[in-house]
Amino acid sequence: MRRRLAPAGQPPPTTADSAALLKPDRESGGTARAVSRRGLLGAGVGAASLGAAFAGGMGLGRSNTTSGTEAPPVPLQYPFYGEHQAGISTPAQDRLHFAAFDVTTSSKAELGALLKNWTSAAARLTQGLPAGVVGPTSGDYDAPPDDTGEAIGLPPAGLTLTFGFGPSLFEADRFGLESRRPASLQQLPHFPGDLLDPRRSGGDLCVQACSDDPQIAMHAVRNLARIGFGTVSLRWTQFGFGRTSSTASGQVTPRNLFGLKDGTANIKSDEPTYLNDHVWVKRTPDPAKAWLVGGSYLVARRINMNIETWDRQSLREQERVTGRSKAEGAPMSGGTEFSEPDFNLTGRSGEPLIADDSHVRLAHPDQNSGIRMLRRGYNFVDGNDPLGRLDAGLFFITFVTDPVTHFIPMQARLSQHDGLHKYLQHTASAVFAVPPGVAEGEFVGQALFA
Amino acid sequence: MPVRLTGYGLLVVVPASLLLMPLTAGCTGSSRSGAATPGSGTDSRHLTVRATDAACTVTPDSAPSGSLRFTVTNASSSVTEFLLLDQDQLRIVGKVEDLGPGLARDLVVTAAPGAYFSVCKPGLAGVGIRAPFSVSDSGTSLAPAASNADLVNAATTSYAAYVERQTDQLMAGTAEFMAAYLAGRDDQARALYPKARTHWERIETLERFADLDARMDLPEAELAHGELWTGWHRLEKDLWPARARGYQRLSKTDRRLYAEDLAEATEQLQTRARTTRYTTAQIANATKELMEEAATAKVTGRAEYWSRTDLWDLQANLDGARAGYEALRPLVRRQDPNLAAAIDTKMAALQKLLDRQRKGDGFASYDSVSEDGLRQLSDAVNGLSEPLSQLTAASREG
Repeated sequence: MRRRLAPAGQPPPTTADSAALLKPDRESGGTARAVSRRGLLGAGVGAASLGAAFAGGMGLGRSNTTSGTEAPPVPLQYPFYGEHQAGISTPAQDRLHFAAFDVTTSSKAELGALLKNWTSAAARLTQGLPAGVVGPTSGDYDAPPDDTGEAIGLPPAGLTLTFGFGPSLFEADRFGLESRRPASLQQLPHFPGDLLDPRRSGGDLCVQACSDDPQIAMHAVRNLARIGFGTVSLRWTQFGFGRTSSTASGQVTPRNLFGLKDGTANIKSDEPTYLNDHVWVKRTPDPAKAWLVGGSYLVARRINMNIETWDRQSLREQERVTGRSKAEGAPMSGGTEFSEPDFNLTGRSGEPLIADDSHVRLAHPDQNSGIRMLRRGYNFVDGNDPLGRLDAGLFFITFVTDPVTHFIPMQARLSQHDGLHKYLQHTASAVFAVPPGVAEGEFVGQALFA
Repeated sequence: MPVRLTGYGLLVVVPASLLLMPLTAGCTGSSRSGAATPGSGTDSRHLTVRATDAACTVTPDSAPSGSLRFTVTNASSSVTEFLLLDQDQLRIVGKVEDLGPGLARDLVVTAAPGAYFSVCKPGLAGVGIRAPFSVSDSGTSLAPAASNADLVNAATTSYAAYVERQTDQLMAGTAEFMAAYLAGRDDQARALYPKARTHWERIETLERFADLDARMDLPEAELAHGELWTGWHRLEKDLWPARARGYQRLSKTDRRLYAEDLAEATEQLQTRARTTRYTTAQIANATKELMEEAATAKVTGRAEYWSRTDLWDLQANLDGARAGYEALRPLVRRQDPNLAAAIDTKMAALQKLLDRQRKGDGFASYDSVSEDGLRQLSDAVNGLSEPLSQLTAASREG
């Protein structure tokens, strides 16, 4: 038994399709552009520059500085309120704590009340405030504090909290939301090679907590879960480290656990056209579905990497299945990381330098009807399996305007033809509709639960 | 898990000492940015090659004998290749091929004292830009310079015969199995199933058979949405439906349909095996891939999900790996005796563990192996896989 592979020399299909590790490639050539940092971080962030973000990280004792920036350590924080939820086009932070919940109440009002409470807690947490108004060390001496306390003295380190609604929330006999369910909000189909663990998949609600400080991300999830007791129950969580995509043009492209640069061609936050075309949910004539306009879909896939097997592959094989050089991330057709791949350039044997089953070829927008994705994945290591192998991989997250056009076709194709696929095993899957951002005084999902 | 072999040319490279090049001991390796500047430090055996449209600059233009590393950078505007030729400019000592503009890659060769020529071929055209390169005698002892042609020939001939023999036996075993299965003698079919498959599991990783693999040996989870599932495992589920919920046994007609498809694919396999020869690189890759297969599908009990006959497959994977390795062994022993010794040891260790699981004329069910037993098998497979990952580099044709 082997994992399926395209026969040698078979041309890749030319129809639109899908997604995973390295993702669609950038259209424009040339190297990373210099961008206004204010633009990167969005209005409202004020003077916090990327340099300051790194300096802030240093202040927390981590060593992720990329340059000898001398900017003063301004605490990095992002506004909670806005047109879109934060944590999507926000420059990817270093750490992730993702949580999915099952709703245990059957009362729509109770669920609405929870979303209201979550919204106000999230607005506070992202600004570096305690989860509750009393705080971790104050209040009635005979009552537990309304914040758990492990974030005392720590800056928010760019914390964003992003909420989503799973397909199961819209099922009949639950909250009367059947008619509000967008057609594309469905569980994903089975893809070749999937070995999904239902206990790590799905969920009625999700919270994506991202921060440069893992303790801050965990603190947020913990306090939200606490607020939710009795209304929701934690279904699964995932910790992630080492963002595997850059979502801002100033960010250095990071590496995944295969040692490969990942996310070279990601949609960046300063590419509004791409964001509008490929990330935000477009206007709909159907008023019942309008609640999601300006929001997005979050697709999460837990992708285990057979890293022990990968590590035994020759550099020749590693670069061949990737289609990029391991050192620079340059396409095998030449140039630098951000050079456009030349899929037609052939070598001595007449074979293309970028192999037919290489990831770059199969995931490139040119080969996928121009489809792009904004990816925001993280590496994970969850201990080891009973056979002594690291339970490690990529927790893939993408935000797309519609999974039916922007995820399913490409994933179907990658799972059948991608040379990298044989070193991967998808072990969990989830889809959530991420409503648009809220203004002060509103709460997340208000259009559905008010 | 086949490795596609594109661009393995006739390489005459003796593997670098594992000590010198722990991870990049291939013929070529990608450049590491920030690698030590060659020529400027203590390492006189690390050279740079700058290949432009008009020049091929090797710095320095000489080196002491031993394991040499050339970091080749393509600074030209087209695809290029770099070759190191012997004095007569007939034999290729080593080469970096198909290097895209702007990219860099390492070439590692073991060079005896003497005169050589460096060649860059911008655009892969013509005789290229040639210059003399000299290797002085450093006193380092080198592998014998004798031609490996006889060993290569012996390896490819014996391995091709092995593959052919396996496909013949697979054909016979499959026929016997089918007869029982189609006659509804299911107990007999179940007994014959793992025996027949052994002959396939010994050669399953050969890239030449990748398309047939998908038709004959695809696990259910690998199916694309709406795709028809054919092959051994379709029949396996029908014979061992215990783990399937609400499974509907195949009708007699359906059984015949699937059996005929499998027979036809097996026949194609046999025909193909009769006319195929394999390069040493292909043998080496198929060999190491057999152990990767064992690690990902057999030790984990994923391959024979319904029948739990994974240990039969594991033995067959090991048999096939042994056959591939035995064919290459004289070549490997000449070029890297330490590697040969390591593979010998680890192969024997895995076999010893597997022998403990023998039962009757075959093997115990996967489910009957203790957690400890599985862990030991897994560790032994990994222990063998590690030296096997060096096999391709150590068995280059010469």
